[in-house]
Amino acid sequence: MSGRTYLGMPAFPVEAKASTKDERLRANLRHATHTIRDKRARAVGELDDWALLREAGKRIKDHTLRHLDTYLLQLEDRVTAAGGTVHWAADAAEANRIVASLVHATGETEVVKVKSMATQEIGLNEALAAEGVNAYETDLAELIVQLGDDLPSHILVPAIHRNRGEIRDIFRAQMGRWGRPAPEGLTDRPADLAEAARLHLREKFLRAKVGVSGANFMIAETGTLVVVESEGNGRMCLTLPETLISVVGIEKVLPSWQDLEVFLQLLPRSSTAERMNPYTTMWTGTTAGDGPRDFHLVLLDNGRTATLADEVGRQVLRCIRCSACLNVCPVYERAGGHAYGSPYPGPIGAVLMPQLRGTTSEVDASLPFASSLCGACYDVCPVAIDIPEVLVHLREQVAAQPGHGAERAAMKAAAWLFDHPAALAAAERAASATRAVHPRTLPLRPAKAWTDSRDLPELPAAPFRAWWKQHRTTRQEPAE
Amino acid sequence: MRVALFATCVNDAVLPRAAIATVRLLQRLGVEVDFPEQQSCCGQPQYNTGYRRQAEPLVRRMARAFDGYEYVVTPSGSCVAMVRDNYPRIGAKARAEGRGEELAAAAASLTPRVLELTEFLVDVLGVTDVGAYFPHTVTYHPSCHGLRVLGLGTRPLALLRAVEGLELVELPGAEECCGFGGTFAVKNPDVSTAMGADKIAHARSTGAEVLCGADNSCLLHLDGMLRRQSRGRGDAPLRTVHLAEILAPTEADPWSVA
Amino acid sequence: MSSRDAVLARIRAALADAPEPDPVVRDYRTAHVPGADVPVGHVPGADVPVGHVPGADVPVGHVPGADASTGHVPAGRHVPAAHVPDEHVAVIDLLAENLADYRAHVHRCTEAALPALLARLLAEHGSRSVAVPPGLPHGWLAETGEVRQHPDEPPLTARELDGIDSVVTTCRLAVAETGTLVLDAGPGQGRRALTLVPDHHICVVRTADQVVASLPQALPRLDPARPLTWISGPSATSDIELDRVEGVHGPRTLDVVLLE
Repeated sequence: MSGRTYLGMPAFPVEAKASTKDERLRANLRHATHTIRDKRARAVGELDDWALLREAGKRIKDHTLRHLDTYLLQLEDRVTAAGGTVHWAADAAEANRIVASLVHATGETEVVKVKSMATQEIGLNEALAAEGVNAYETDLAELIVQLGDDLPSHILVPAIHRNRGEIRDIFRAQMGRWGRPAPEGLTDRPADLAEAARLHLREKFLRAKVGVSGANFMIAETGTLVVVESEGNGRMCLTLPETLISVVGIEKVLPSWQDLEVFLQLLPRSSTAERMNPYTTMWTGTTAGDGPRDFHLVLLDNGRTATLADEVGRQVLRCIRCSACLNVCPVYERAGGHAYGSPYPGPIGAVLMPQLRGTTSEVDASLPFASSLCGACYDVCPVAIDIPEVLVHLREQVAAQPGHGAERAAMKAAAWLFDHPAALAAAERAASATRAVHPRTLPLRPAKAWTDSRDLPELPAAPFRAWWKQHRTTRQEPAE
Repeated sequence: MRVALFATCVNDAVLPRAAIATVRLLQRLGVEVDFPEQQSCCGQPQYNTGYRRQAEPLVRRMARAFDGYEYVVTPSGSCVAMVRDNYPRIGAKARAEGRGEELAAAAASLTPRVLELTEFLVDVLGVTDVGAYFPHTVTYHPSCHGLRVLGLGTRPLALLRAVEGLELVELPGAEECCGFGGTFAVKNPDVSTAMGADKIAHARSTGAEVLCGADNSCLLHLDGMLRRQSRGRGDAPLRTVHLAEILAPTEADPWSVA
Repeated sequence: MSSRDAVLARIRAALADAPEPDPVVRDYRTAHVPGADVPVGHVPGADVPVGHVPGADVPVGHVPGADASTGHVPAGRHVPAAHVPDEHVAVIDLLAENLADYRAHVHRCTEAALPALLARLLAEHGSRSVAVPPGLPHGWLAETGEVRQHPDEPPLTARELDGIDSVVTTCRLAVAETGTLVLDAGPGQGRRALTLVPDHHICVVRTADQVVASLPQALPRLDPARPLTWISGPSATSDIELDRVEGVHGPRTLDVVLLE
């Protein structure tokens, strides 16, 4: 089981300092994100009503969140009526306890898992290991992460930081410890690597009695759960075991069956840049003779209701985990996913984790600042989450915490100066003070952070105000 | 037509050439330009760093300084974006906090009148050929706020294409952020610099003499890196120049480096 | 207090002052495949992206039976795809093109020629055994000769399925714009495991009445109470350098027969 966790991660800039200098990581991330970026643009470009779909997706989510209690109760009713059992978990610990006790009740000591952000978020694998249950990740990228005793660094492709050669090495070294070893002479061809994963996991699928999943969508109207995937490992885990346990965040509910016509257009094109992902499984409770006999749905809060209470921050709960924002983010591309200190990296992680976990830890307090506010994330977000707006909103929360006194004083001094033009003009004239009034470099220790890599600007002989005073009388003529 | 110039604090204190060029350009086009001296900073550094309440006095000051002008023109996309996107938010939050309508009203009165330079030229004056002369190879970086918040689109490129003597070359990865990002540049200096280095590499790959932008704060960051890079090296000369400084010169009154 | 009550209470507290958001508007297209009155979106050889509809003058389709205030059509309400025959040809062509684009092998044939085609496809794959779902039309596998047929009655175990080379099924419907087959475990389709464990899946689509243009046309025809499997090409992954490669856990070969 993985010994690595995100606990005690340093602030974003500290971790990013190392990753910006890791040439291989930079090359892997650049290659992968640029590949998918261009493909996404083409996939989205095929639909001339994308903006309308995006707006509909946004509004469906906002409507759902506004009536979340109603839709969750409806969902619970329909899932129960269809033969499922619904559990409610207020936090990660409770969700882990529920899943562990459900697994214990089957008498099994291993489960196969579909890739699931919710179970990453709550640390389910580690919790099950502590209870004597082995959880096998079956998504290719999750498998790479698990075999490599690594941490995920991307929502869609948790092993995006690994290139094909590294993946081959991990498979060769580690597969044998977990089950069927890698084939002799395994190459780094992606098709061969996929074949190795197929062979390694097939035995686990065939003997598995318990499957664990998340879900992309839950339909309140019908009690249907939806999992989209590519490889077929999801179908294996959702279909072959006798017991299925799905851990799903409460914000994943959608009101109606029809709503899928919007989200099944938005998600695949934004995520894997496909018209449709290879496999989608939809199930409603249990079906005699087809799939698991027991189905348990664990509805997870774990900070979501606190996020829901924030009038600016609640829009983050629209997120459908497509990861398009990661793939266009210039900061993510250079810092890598691990710097974000959670399974949710990139722009969405920077607005989600400080809300789910609060901003008390160093890394969570630094996340709202891990952005140049360039807005590329908002542009590609299929549910129009204004990530820059939420980042700035969260910066305000962090800035109000202890430890920001010096920065606050500097900002206040600058604001005072700018609100007193006479003093400002005097300050501008005083060359020695010029740097101090430069608003973009004010917040303390800025000079070094700036000048480590950049020259300071050469200051003008006189500020614009002085030029204006000399030239204002000739304003109707070409100024000399 | 009489307009107010919002020079912006960065141009006023550090890079006055862009503001001077804006005045000369507008005057050449027959526009009467005022510089209300009560203006200072739009408050973007405070707001974007999480000090919204400290930006509020500057919102009031901006609204007062530019009261009565039909148009407020500024050679800075990010400052326009601050006014257009965030002043209404500041007003709405003040209202929600029970502090009345004053800030919301100030934002509402000012916001629709503030235009970025290329918006004013193309949309209000209806010109793309401003009679400029700039015999150099130029590549254009559309800063993020101009590109994505304001949606300046092809306006800057249309203006550049009409400049006599100018050869415009396409910047690879133009839509990517340069890494400035206000206080981001000092709070995350390593990532900021990595982004800037890629932007500069792209600009150098074009062979252009001039990396043009419409936002001097981005150019400040890139220029700082360029000068640091080229110190003691034989790199081909590449310099950052604000769009206004390219649109202002004419054959009779050409651009000079000094 | 139970966690259920606690979570519900937190939700209600969080939303106490929340305004009602903008109403949902469903003004997106009900299909991107052009109607009969506009040029075909993708003409082979023409430089037009698949599924793209030129111009804003294309009439947006309307879903009959929708609730005027919410735009919702209740689940299970049958909404027939309103296609004229010419358009239906374009829809089927688009289905074939999109299936092939994601590496499915597409074949077209008549009912009479189907047994021979299925026999050929099994032979070409080197299959020695084929799983047969309940309700697969009699006679479809009449010409497969040596290939051993395994009816899923009684149900085959997962390990038994793992030893079977191929499976032949029908489908519930197919979606042209996305190149998708939908199976709902109905007659000739079998339970979900049947089309998952064997490495080779041959799916027969009746083009006359099983092909719709788009997702908005597909969903009303599906019954959410049934277990549904949507298949868009063979198993694939983008997990290595975010580049797509076909063939992981599901069937690595997908043959689709468009039955005319």
